[in-house]
Amino acid sequence: MLQIPMWKRILIWGTCALALLFAMPNLFYERAERHNDAVAQIEAGQSTAALEADRAAWPSFLPSFLVNLGLDLRGGAHLLAEVRVADVYADRIDGMWPAVRDRLARERALVGAVRRMPSDDPGELRVRIANSDAISEAAGFVRDLAQPTQSMTGFGQARDLEVRVEGEEIVVTLSEAERLATDERTMRLSLEIIRRRVDEAGTREPTIQRQGADRILIQVPGIGSAEELKALIGTTARLTFHPVVNVTSNPEEVPGPRQVIYPSMDEPGLFYVLDQTPVVTGEQLVDAQPSMDQNNRPAVSFRFNPAGGRAFGLYTAENIGNPFAIVLDGEVVSAPVIQSHIPGGSGIITGRFTVEDTSRLAVLLRAGALPAEMDFLEERTGGPELVQDSIDAGKVAAIVAMVAVLGFMVATYGIFGIIANIALILNVAMIFALLSLIGATLTLPGIAGIVLTIGMAVDATVLIFERIREEMRSAKGPARAIELGYEKALSAILDANITTFITALILFAMGSGPVRGFAVTLGLGIITSVFTALLVTRLMMVMYFARRRPKTLAI
Amino acid sequence: MRLKMVPDVTTLDFFRHTRLTFGASAVAMVLSIVAFFMMGLNFGIDFRGGTSIRTEAQAPVDIGAYRAAIMPLGFGDVAITEVFDPSFGPDRNVAMVRIQAQEGVEAITPEQINLMREALVAFDSTLVFAAVESVGPKVSGELIRSAIISVVLALAAVLFYIWLRFEWQFSVGAVAALVHDVVLTIGIFSVLQIRFDLAIIAALLTIVGYSLNDTVVVFDRVRENLIKFKKRPLVEVLNLSINDTLSRTVMTSVTTLLALLALFVLGGDVIRGFVFAMIWGVIVGTYSSVFVASAVLLRFGVKRDWSKNSGDTAGTQFGVKEG
Repeated sequence: MLQIPMWKRILIWGTCALALLFAMPNLFYERAERHNDAVAQIEAGQSTAALEADRAAWPSFLPSFLVNLGLDLRGGAHLLAEVRVADVYADRIDGMWPAVRDRLARERALVGAVRRMPSDDPGELRVRIANSDAISEAAGFVRDLAQPTQSMTGFGQARDLEVRVEGEEIVVTLSEAERLATDERTMRLSLEIIRRRVDEAGTREPTIQRQGADRILIQVPGIGSAEELKALIGTTARLTFHPVVNVTSNPEEVPGPRQVIYPSMDEPGLFYVLDQTPVVTGEQLVDAQPSMDQNNRPAVSFRFNPAGGRAFGLYTAENIGNPFAIVLDGEVVSAPVIQSHIPGGSGIITGRFTVEDTSRLAVLLRAGALPAEMDFLEERTGGPELVQDSIDAGKVAAIVAMVAVLGFMVATYGIFGIIANIALILNVAMIFALLSLIGATLTLPGIAGIVLTIGMAVDATVLIFERIREEMRSAKGPARAIELGYEKALSAILDANITTFITALILFAMGSGPVRGFAVTLGLGIITSVFTALLVTRLMMVMYFARRRPKTLAI
Repeated sequence: MRLKMVPDVTTLDFFRHTRLTFGASAVAMVLSIVAFFMMGLNFGIDFRGGTSIRTEAQAPVDIGAYRAAIMPLGFGDVAITEVFDPSFGPDRNVAMVRIQAQEGVEAITPEQINLMREALVAFDSTLVFAAVESVGPKVSGELIRSAIISVVLALAAVLFYIWLRFEWQFSVGAVAALVHDVVLTIGIFSVLQIRFDLAIIAALLTIVGYSLNDTVVVFDRVRENLIKFKKRPLVEVLNLSINDTLSRTVMTSVTTLLALLALFVLGGDVIRGFVFAMIWGVIVGTYSSVFVASAVLLRFGVKRDWSKNSGDTAGTQFGVKEG
């Protein structure tokens, strides 16, 4: 008859107790969160009395996993950026020109003079040689410059360059394999730099994820607006130092070969003609800090690595009295005249900066330059007022829904309604425990998913109860009726829940953002509701039956 | 005293008016499709691209003045709607400002947002931007595609599962019911011009799940009764099965609706459209599992002798089988 072995009982109640234990921190969200933050900071080496007090706010022997609150419940910004990976091809191919020129210069007797031709596609290098009869030999020399592709898995078979002859021109492009490898490197570097920049800004638990081939999803809770976030990560922050050739007020002025013209950042109408090749670049920086110059104006001080320091020292020693341009993202920040030899590789950038500008610039310089520009495809910002409303509304709605369903169940099923209700409460606790354990993010649609689960979770229990009612009518004993009720309802419960679970899976796989959050809570809710309906209610029924031994069930 | 929604034993004939219910469903579906093509859906920026800004101010929303403040900025088509919610109170006035996707940029730039904020704040100093969302045309195109794919995939997966567990006639019935529910939901969104965004797709798929849940429970009982009453005509067996499960159908619908109604009234205006879709779906889904899914099953007929090849493809029932 109705018997459940002891080990099963212990397992079921144990699972329920664990669920309650792991769901509990979410009831004391703020305290547990302060505790977690304090623990993280103390582990990172900081320790103050305030931090210790925060840590003590939550007993450390209790679990402190929390559900992450989504942006719509915490406020913050969401950005989807697309990295212009193709920009990097142009840099790479442009960097090949000196090597190609030098290689062909060695064969001058055969190929004659070498000239670089303009090209519509920045991702290709077009070269023309004087002696066009030797063009296939020349192409061969260039082809020999190709290196094996470096990919994440090591050296591949493929070569990085593709050289072909088009009419009288040799065209050099990156090979398909090299493009892929380059994309991969660009994406990794971009991710890393964005992560460093966001981390430096000190916000909590940012999500920085790669999506697809060339996209990055950035979610930063707590930040005021997407604009702020964009300002932080959208800047390339490419810092270079160039010799100044000329200063002009004519933006149309055509710079000489291998020279560029950049506008001044502070003084509109002023343009600098610079050598295209920088003396040193931001990649060689090891540190940058906001500071003040001798006139107490905000400035950024920086230090180069040894190689950069040497190049910088050498150049300043040779060019005393000449101006020198500091260029940030294609704008001349300042062009001081070199007063003396600057050894040691450190210096200071002054300009019309505010204190905020300098600390932002220092962060950007420290984190390094983005390898390519980004386009923002999607942005979402939620302000704190809206968020508070959403949380309050969600909480109230969830509680009212819960009370309504609980009351309705008791009204319909009496004592068995109470059994169903205990199962329902355990079910919600389990959802929260699982969400906390896997570190899932709860969004507003996610709360809707939970509320829907509250409604639907009783479905399995209702199926069983209705079945028991039916079996009672066919004049079987209560024990037999309970047994049959569970047996016969099983098929319908499983079929019904598996089909809903399939839709949850598809939602999770195909959906993005809020839809996904909804799918997670719905899917977890199905699993836990099957568990509570089939095992927990059954155990409670058996216990009730063993104690009372009723002749009939008032179900 | 117990609450009893449905008497213990009911003998309602659900198929006496098949023509009427079928006709009603067919007419409703045709109307939905007509509405969809005539009026279209009020697509949110998720699917259309563009920017939507939620403004909150202490002064009442003056749509004309908002428009006058924004139009000179040259963002093209501007749609402004006031948002009402009983919880707002008199000094909280919310509006949604929607502008079309801008040429040349995917998401809106910070400068453009600032321009708009300055223009609106100049006219109402209490106004703040509570939320800004911007979706570029590239992403919105992909979102439409993946939304359609996920709905179709969900339907196909479910069709396959039911075919596996039951018989193909059941599959057809279930999917007919699902298509019915989805079409009617799209229809009501088109008629009422409720904003149709990503969350609504989630709601649609949940409706699919819920309606299916309902249908499967009825079908499960049909399968059981078909084995039990081998000689009774199909229409009787179907009626009996629906009556058997009626009490459960009503109970579950009521508890789910109770929960959803709480969300609808108290859950705030942000998810109201989403919850509305689900409420509608629960009602339509419950109706369709009886009057569409079972009715289709009745039309197609079904293999009656389940005992001979029990254990293989057809009718692999979970749990204990009774002879």
